[in-house]
Order: sequence, then C-alpha cells, then structure tokens
Amino acid sequence: MKNENLYNYILGIADNSLILGQRMGELCGHGPTLETDIACTNISLDLFGQVRSYFQYAAKIAGDGRTEDDIAMLRKERDYKNVLLSEQPNTNFAYTIGRQFLFDVYHLAFLTELQKSSDLTLSAIANKCVKEVSYHERFSLDWVKRLGDGTEESNQKMQEAINDLWTYTDELFHQTGADKAMVAEGVGVDVTKLKENYYKSVSELLEEARLKTPESKWFQKGGKQGIHTEHLGYLLADLQYMQRTYPNMEW
Amino acid sequence: MSEEQIKSLEKHFEERIARDEKIEPKDWMPEKYRKTHIRQMSQHAHSEIVGMLPEGNWITRAPSLRRKVALLAKVQDEAGHGLYLYSATETLGISRDEMYEQLHTGKAKYSSIFNYPTITWADMGAIGWLVDGAAIINQVPLCNTSYGPYARAMIRVCKEESFHQRQGFEIMMKLANGTPEQKDMAQDALNRWWWPSLMMLGPTDDVSVHTEQSMKWKLKRKSNDDLRQQFIDQTVPQADLIGLTIPDPDLKWNEERGSYDFGEIDWDEFWQVVKGHGPMNKQRMKARVGAWERGEWVRDAAMAHAEKKQARKEKQVV
Repeated sequence: MKNENLYNYILGIADNSLILGQRMGELCGHGPTLETDIACTNISLDLFGQVRSYFQYAAKIAGDGRTEDDIAMLRKERDYKNVLLSEQPNTNFAYTIGRQFLFDVYHLAFLTELQKSSDLTLSAIANKCVKEVSYHERFSLDWVKRLGDGTEESNQKMQEAINDLWTYTDELFHQTGADKAMVAEGVGVDVTKLKENYYKSVSELLEEARLKTPESKWFQKGGKQGIHTEHLGYLLADLQYMQRTYPNMEW
Repeated sequence: MSEEQIKSLEKHFEERIARDEKIEPKDWMPEKYRKTHIRQMSQHAHSEIVGMLPEGNWITRAPSLRRKVALLAKVQDEAGHGLYLYSATETLGISRDEMYEQLHTGKAKYSSIFNYPTITWADMGAIGWLVDGAAIINQVPLCNTSYGPYARAMIRVCKEESFHQRQGFEIMMKLANGTPEQKDMAQDALNRWWWPSLMMLGPTDDVSVHTEQSMKWKLKRKSNDDLRQQFIDQTVPQADLIGLTIPDPDLKWNEERGSYDFGEIDWDEFWQVVKGHGPMNKQRMKARVGAWERGEWVRDAAMAHAEKKQARKEKQVV
C-alpha cells in the first residue's frame, strides 16, 4: 500500500471510536434514567458516525476494494489498534462514566490538534468531531462530579472505577511507528505533547469532583500493538457476527 | 361542588370536545377522562421504553456501520418518544416514578408485541415495517385527539414512526432482493411477526371494552377491526412488491368489499401474552426492573449532588 502509514494512522484513531461506540451501544435501553440512556446512545451514535468518516477515507487510501464495513468488521483481533481503555467493560455506571471521562479529556485535546493537520480530509473530520466530543466531555465530566460529590456510595464507586481504569491512561500518549511518521509529515498529532496537560487537567477535575487522583505509576499498554485485554474478543464476536456468518452480502 | 354543578361542567366539557377544541392540563376535566388518559398515555410511553429492548438486542450485532447507526438512531427516537409521552402524562397529575412503579409491578400494560424475541437481523426489518406500520395506523388518528399535550406529542411521534416504517421496509426489501439465505431470513421474520402485528391492533370489536367511551373523547376514531383491515390492505401489496408471502392461506382479495379477507387470528395466543405468559414477558420486565434497580445509587447520587450544590450556593449568598 502506497500510504501505509497514513492508513495505519487513521485506523489507530478510528478503532478507539469504534470500540468505545460499541461499548456505549451495549447500554441502550439499560441506563439508570431515560435521560442518561438517550445521552449514552447519542455518544455511541456520534462515535460510529466518526468511525464511518475515518474508515471511508481509509478504504479510499487502501484502494483495494475493501469497504468501511470490511475494515470495521473483518479484521483479526490482533489487527485492532484501539487503546485498552476503550474496550473496558460496562462493569457499572461509574466504570462507563469513568472510561468515557478519561477518554474524552484526551479525545478533545487530540481532535483540537488534529484540526491543524496538513491532511485536509483529516482536519475536516476533526473539525466536525471536535464539536461532538466537547459535548461528550461535558456529559462525562458532569457525571463524574455528580457521582464523586453525591453520596458516600457513589463517591466510593466512582473512585474505584477511576482507580481501576487509571492503569490504561498512559497508553493514550504512546506513539506507534505510523504516529511518528505522520507527525514528521505534519499530518499527525504528537500525542506525547498532550500528556502533561492531560494529567494536570484530569487531576484538577477529579479534585473538583471530590475524588483522588490515583498515585499508581504502574500502567498497562499493548492496545496500539494489537495486544488487548481478554474483553476485546467477546466484543468483536458481537461486532463481527453478521459479517462472519454471512460473508460477501449486502445489507 | 353540587351534583348539578358537576353535570353542567361535564356538559360544557363534552360540548368543547364535540367542537374539536383541545382540553389543556389546567382545564376542568371529569375524573374518568383524566384516569383513562393516564392509562392510555402511560401505556403508550411504557411501550416505547420496553420496545427499545427487542431492537436494542441487535445494536452490537448490526451487519454494517450504516445499519448500526440507523438502528441506534431509531432506538434513541423511541427513548425520546417515551420521554415526551411520560412528560405529557405528567400534566395529568402523576409522576414518572409512579408510572414506572405501575410498569414494574405489572399494574400498567405495554404493547404485547414486544414480548416476542428478536432472533435474527431480519427481525429489525420486520419490526420497522410491520410493528411500526401497525403503530402508525393506531396513532395517526391520535394527532387529533381531544387532550392537547397528547395530540401534540403524537404529531411528532408519527412523523418519526413513519420514517422508521420506511427504514424497516427498506431492510426487508434489501434482504428479499439479496441472496437466497437473506430472502429466507426475511420470509421467516415475516412469518413470525405477521400474526402478532395483527393482534397489536387490539381485540375484536365485540370484546373490546374501552372503545365506546374512547370514541367519544377522540382517543379512538376507528374500531380495532377497521384499523386491522386498513393495516392488512396496506401491507399485503407491499409484501407482494418485494416478493414475500404473507403467512395466511386464507388471505384473498374480496372484490365486493374492496378489501382482503383473512384467516382466523389465534386469540388464545394474544390473551396468553397479554396475561404475562408470552415468550419474553418475564425477560422484558426483568431487564426494565434490573436497569431501574441498578440505577438507584446513580439517581440518589444525582439528587444528593443537586441538593449539596444548592446548599453551597445558598451559603455563598448568606
């Protein structure tokens, strides 16, 4: 493939939205209130809309007849490059919100920078997504505050979720080979430069929500290399079910 | 209030409805009118919410990104309808929590159709095409019903439902024109959803208990049997168009009536499901009650946070 780095770079971004969108979609009809149900579905809907833009572009770059659906649904587990954070399960509402919050703060900073990409398609996609993601961040942050400040039980649950998910945050700022190549060309975002600000604002926001910033410096990584947690296989089994069972059909 | 005064209010009330005037929340209304509306509107809201479950069942497995996005949007619309209808019902002096309580304890009903399982992707097409199709036939006349908040809610709901119906038909059409395997999947879904969709329009007129009063209040404008006939006459040509067969050997065009004659509906099955013993009644309720109970600490936290925030604000002012 001529633009292999660009292709891999796009997949690295899009897989986060794909897997997180799938997780949020699981909740549809099962939320704690009707309003949160609608909001979570809406976030899922935004993320899948973003996925479509990225994968349509990736399919064009690949130029080998594959479609957005082939890219989304017909890769092997090791070929998904999403961060481990995005695939973590909906253990309870605090985990759902914690995962969303820790990703949104990163996602918003990332898209803000991606708007400056020299690749006009990526910058246009980022321009559209940044509006959606700033709403996601407002929603998840509001809930982190509600749960952190609400009752003793909710504070404990929210703190536990943040503590458990914290180990997956560092990976957000790791660079892959495709990342480095795209940064050098002025197409990609240098995520290492987002790290300091990320931890600073997350800490401040957690404090505002009466939560403690975890002190642990032990982090997990591997998603960007396709080495995932055990959760991903089951998620993919659902995501790929129709395409695998009924290959080469139109829907 | 004396009996005479009430009689005069009732007379005035019925005259307003006869003149096609809308009744608004603050207007005087007979207790029976209020209760009947709470019953029907909350039942409608519950149907939207429970109806999210059979379709939500396929969100993670939708066959393409385009279908996934459309399905998410559709189920989200249903949540929106639920929210809208609960709010409209609240104007009659009942809270959303009370309505949930009635749903969770089985006191309030919801549309029986959602007690059938969605076992293949084609069920997403069949639900949109048939279930939403039948719902529209039921609901379009309600855009002119006498209670203002309900009528206004229905105008928006019907617009979205008609979009869902076309979307469902398009799913079926794609399958029917697809591979033999896809066509079989579509036919199988039509076979399973056809009769429950006919039942959705309610028991036959001779046993329907609410019809007469509801007609007077414009909560109902046509009888169940008329609505059912309208649904059949509208849907049979659509099935023909995409080459699917309605699973009714007695279905036949009746030249004289200008309508289709159709076979016997299994009303025993209908009553079994209505009474709580359909294939998915228990699972649907378990899912709803489970979501509510698992969400309790979340709702408590939101309330506590709002109170604390208010208290902090007041303290600042002092």
